[in-house]
Amino acid sequence: MSLEDDAIEALKARFPEAFQGTGEHAGAKWAYVKREFVVPALTMLKNELACEMLMDLTAVDYLGKETPERFCIVYQLFSLSKNQYFRLKAWVPENDPQIDSIWSLWKAAPWAEREVWDLYGITFRGNPDLRRIMLPFDYNGHPLRKDYPLIGRGERQNFPRYVK
Amino acid sequence: MGLEAWMPEGALTTRVEELVNWGRANSLWPMPFGVACCAIEMMATLSSRYDLARFGAEAIRFSPRQSDLMIVSGRISLKMMPVLGKIWEQMPEPKWCISMGACASCGGVFDNYAIIQGVDRFIPVDVYIPGCPPRPEGLIDAVIKIQELVEKERLAQHL
Repeated sequence: MSLEDDAIEALKARFPEAFQGTGEHAGAKWAYVKREFVVPALTMLKNELACEMLMDLTAVDYLGKETPERFCIVYQLFSLSKNQYFRLKAWVPENDPQIDSIWSLWKAAPWAEREVWDLYGITFRGNPDLRRIMLPFDYNGHPLRKDYPLIGRGERQNFPRYVK
Repeated sequence: MGLEAWMPEGALTTRVEELVNWGRANSLWPMPFGVACCAIEMMATLSSRYDLARFGAEAIRFSPRQSDLMIVSGRISLKMMPVLGKIWEQMPEPKWCISMGACASCGGVFDNYAIIQGVDRFIPVDVYIPGCPPRPEGLIDAVIKIQELVEKERLAQHL
């Protein structure tokens, strides 16, 4: 059994009310959990299934696609001892873009959460330092959302002109 | 003739303006604003194979207060533009600017919310270099063009 199958079985057994199915693409399997349960689910994956490392925490905007909710938060985990990957996903609705922060589990998480908040506008409840990380602090909006205009809203024009 | 006949041997006459411009043109001190891959070509231009020292412009100054030629090499993002403006303001007059490569000149392939579509929207650019990135010969050509501009400077402009 691979780590992916083990993790999916464990999630199904431990959190039956939170388990929302699985997916598979290009040989990688993942599981969906309800967003209220990401912290206990990831705690279990870290402590009991040896997913020691948070490789990435990111988001996807499925605007206009037939998905349960508009946003999906993706947790990419890596087990150093087993040398295998596992991916956990959680849907986040458009009208309440919030999810619990996992900053207490991995020290890699806060900056990744700041990046997701900066570019997608998804709030991470409990993150102690949810500031912008990529864009200027006075920026308005979240530009990686699919409904944000590609060329921006005039931000790149607002600078003083210097002459010789 | 006349005047030279009255001067000691080894002296020559010229105009102050031409002497100053000759000095400035042949000792440009660049401020490298290297933010992307064009900066790699700029480094190649400065190093021994292409050797910008042949044109007197090898004294790279990382302090804007000591330099008179800004080389913007690379894409400028929203967050970098205030920095570029501040550094341009800190450079003492007279000063010149080279916009190196497609990104600095017009945004290049990056037409999105974060990239300035050409630094000439905000700072005055004297010479543009096309290319992605330009070869060192391109930068050398731009430096020669800047030298031609410097030769045409009038001291009265800066009074």
